[in-house]
Amino acid sequence: MGKSGGKIEISNLSKIFGKRPNTVLQQVKLGKSKQDILSETGHTVGLRDINFTINPGEIFVIMGLSGSGKSTLIRHFNRLIDPTEGQIKVDNQDIMTLSKDQLIQFRRHKMSMVFQHFGLLPHRTVVDNVAYGLQIQKIPLAERTKQAETWLETVGLAGYEKQYPSQLSGGQQQRVGLARALCTDPDILLMDEAFSALDPLIRSEMQEQLLELQKTLHKTIVFITHDLDEALRIGDRIAILKDGVISQIGTPVDILLNPADDYVEAFVKDVNRARAVPVKTIMQQSVPVVSTDSLTDAFAALPPQGYLFYEREETGFQGILTRNKLEAALKVRPDGKIITEDITKIPNLMPEMLLQEAISDALKSRYALPVLNEDGRYIGDLSPESLADTLEYNN
Amino acid sequence: MSSDSWLTTFPQLDRRDLTMIKKTLDGAYRDFSRSYGDVIESFFDPLLSFLVWFEKLLLNSPWWLTMAAILGIVFFATRSKKLCLGVAAALLAIGIFGMWDNTMRTLSIITVCTLLSIIIGVPTGIIMSRSDRMQKIITPILDVMQTMPAFVYLIPVVMLLGIGKIPGVIAVVIYAVPPVIRLTNLGIRLVDKEILEAATAFGATNRQKLIGVQIPLAMPTIMAGINQTIMMALAMVVVASMIGVNGLGQPVLKSITNQYFTLGLLNGLAIVALAIIFDRVSQSYAKRTQKHLGGKHHG
Ligand SMILES: Nc1ncnc2c1ncn2[C@@H]1O[C@H](COP(=O)(O)OP(=O)(O)OP(=O)(O)O)[C@@H](O)[C@H]1O
Ligand SMILES: [Mg+2]
Repeated sequence: MGKSGGKIEISNLSKIFGKRPNTVLQQVKLGKSKQDILSETGHTVGLRDINFTINPGEIFVIMGLSGSGKSTLIRHFNRLIDPTEGQIKVDNQDIMTLSKDQLIQFRRHKMSMVFQHFGLLPHRTVVDNVAYGLQIQKIPLAERTKQAETWLETVGLAGYEKQYPSQLSGGQQQRVGLARALCTDPDILLMDEAFSALDPLIRSEMQEQLLELQKTLHKTIVFITHDLDEALRIGDRIAILKDGVISQIGTPVDILLNPADDYVEAFVKDVNRARAVPVKTIMQQSVPVVSTDSLTDAFAALPPQGYLFYEREETGFQGILTRNKLEAALKVRPDGKIITEDITKIPNLMPEMLLQEAISDALKSRYALPVLNEDGRYIGDLSPESLADTLEYNN
Repeated sequence: MSSDSWLTTFPQLDRRDLTMIKKTLDGAYRDFSRSYGDVIESFFDPLLSFLVWFEKLLLNSPWWLTMAAILGIVFFATRSKKLCLGVAAALLAIGIFGMWDNTMRTLSIITVCTLLSIIIGVPTGIIMSRSDRMQKIITPILDVMQTMPAFVYLIPVVMLLGIGKIPGVIAVVIYAVPPVIRLTNLGIRLVDKEILEAATAFGATNRQKLIGVQIPLAMPTIMAGINQTIMMALAMVVVASMIGVNGLGQPVLKSITNQYFTLGLLNGLAIVALAIIFDRVSQSYAKRTQKHLGGKHHG
C-alpha cells in the first residue's frame, strides 16, 4: 500500500481468460463465483482483485493448489500475461505503460525467471544455456561464457559446461535454470514451482542452496509453490491463493498460528509446527528474573511456582534459583550472598531456534527454559505447557 | 430440357452458358499468357541456367568422379560407412543397367526442386505458424495443391511457359512443397511453450526467438517435411516427364505406351533406389545432428 519502497506493487489486478473478458469483468467484481462465471459465460476467472506489495530483498512465496492462479499471477510480473484490469508497478514504474522495446529491455535487466520444467534449450550446451540471457543482450561470447562459468560453479556444476541438458539429472537441470536466471544479474527472480518437479531430497538441497545464495545476493525473489512446507521453509512472507483470490498474506508463523479462514486452516492443519515455528514467537515472560546478589532479596522475589531466573549484570544469565536451595542456603548464611553452589544450571534456548530443536530439552525439564539473546541475556522463556499448546493446536 | 422438373434432373447451367464460361476463362488466361508469358519466362531464366549447368555438371563429369562426390556427401552427412556402401552398390547397379545418364538428370532436377521447395516452403511455414489467420488461409490452398490431380495444373503451366524443364520444375514444386510448409508450421507450433516463454522472459525479440529457439527446436519436424517433399518430388518425376522433363520418367512413359515391361521396371526401380537413398541419407543426417533434442539421449 505504501507509495514507495515496494519492489513490486500489485493493485486491483484481475485476469479473465476468454473471448471477451471485459464483458465479464463486472460480474467478477460483484463476486460471482468462478464456477458460475465459467458455466454461464465460458470465461475462466484467473485472478480476482489482487493487491499486495513485495518488499525489496524478501522471498515472497505465492502458494495455492493447482489451478488457483499462481502461474497466471507470476506471469503478470514480466508481462508474459497482460492483465484484464489493474496495475503492476515494478520499482515504482507502471509496467503496462512500457513500449515494446522498453518491455524487452525491462525483461532483459530487471527480472529473470526459473521454470517448473526448467525450460532449457535442448540444442545448446549447459554453458550456452546459462549464457542465453547475456547472448540475447548481445554481450560478446568470451565475456558471457566467463560469466556463465562463474555461475555454473556457484550452483555446483563446474565441469558440466559442455554437456547437453538431456545429459543431466533433474536437479542438475534446475541448477542450470537457476544459474541462467542469475547470470543476467537481475534484481528480481521469479520462480514458478521451480523445485516441484524434483524429488524430495534434491528439492530440499535446492531450497538450502537458494537460501544460502540469497544470504549474499539479496535478490527479491517471488517463489511459487503448492507445497506449504516449502513455503514455510523459504518464505519471508507467504500469500495464499485460492481460486484467483488471495486468502491471506503473512509471515510463515502468522499463517501457521493465525490462519485467516477455513481454507488456510485446512492447509496448515497437517503441518508439523515444530519444524516451522521459532522459539521467539511463542516465548513468554512467565518467570521473574533477579540480578540481586542477596539471598534474602532473591527469596523474597520467589513466585508461586517456586523458582526464578538469576542473571548477573556483568556476565548475563546464570541459571535458576529454587526455593529448596535458597532455603538451605539461608539456613547456613542468613545474610549471605548468592554463590555458585546456590545456582541450578539449566539448558537455554535461542530465539531463532525452531521448536523442533527445543522440544527434547523443554520436555525433560521441570522448569521453563530461558531464551537468551546473543549477549547471553534473558529475553523470555518457554514453558513445557506453552510448547505443548502450540504443538497441539491442530486439534 | 425445360420441361424436366428440377426435382428429377439437377438444375444445371445451360450448355451454352457453360461453354461461355469455359471459353471466357480459357481465353482470358490465353491472352494473359500471350502477353506475360515471355516476361514470366525470363523471370525464371536464372533458375533455368542453374538447372542446365547443374545437369551438365553431373552428366559431363566422369562417372567415377560424380559417384565419389555423391559418396563423399553421403558420408559427410551421415558418418555411416554402411550407408555409403549401400549407396555405392545402388549407383553401380544403375550404371551397369545403362541408366546412369537418366538417373543423373533426375537427380539434378530433384535436387533443384527440393532446394526450391525448402526456399519457398520453410518461410511460408514460418509465416503460417505466426498467426492463426494465416494458417486458416494457407491450409485450404495446400489441400488443393495436394489433392488436385497433377495433370490439371500442368495445363496452365504449359500454356504459360510451354514444354520444358521450367514448367516441369514448377509442377513438381507445386506438388511437393506442401509437406515442408505444413510440417514447418506444425514444428514451430509444437515447440515447448515453456521454452519459448523462457526466451521471452529473458527479453528475446521475435527474431531471436525464431532463429534461436523455434527453428532449431522445430528442426526434426521440418526435416521430416523435407524428407516427404523429396519423396513426393520423386513420385512426380514420371508425370513431369510428360511435359518434357528428361530423366528416368521418360523411359517409364515410353514403356507404358509401348508395353516394355522390363524397361519400365528397371527405370522404376532406379527411381525407387534414388528415393531410398534420399530418404535414408536425410533421415540419418537429421538423427545425427539432433541427437540432443529428444531428451532421451544419455551419454
Ligand atoms: N491461457 C489460458 N486460457 C484459459 N484459461 C487459462 C489459461 N491459463 C490459465 N487458465 C486458467 O486459469 C486458472 C489458473 O491457472 P494457473 O495456470 O495460473 O494455475 P496454477 O495455480 O499455476 O496451477 P498449477 O499448480 O497447476 O500450475 C485455471 O483455472 C486455468 O484453467
Ligand atoms: Mg502453474
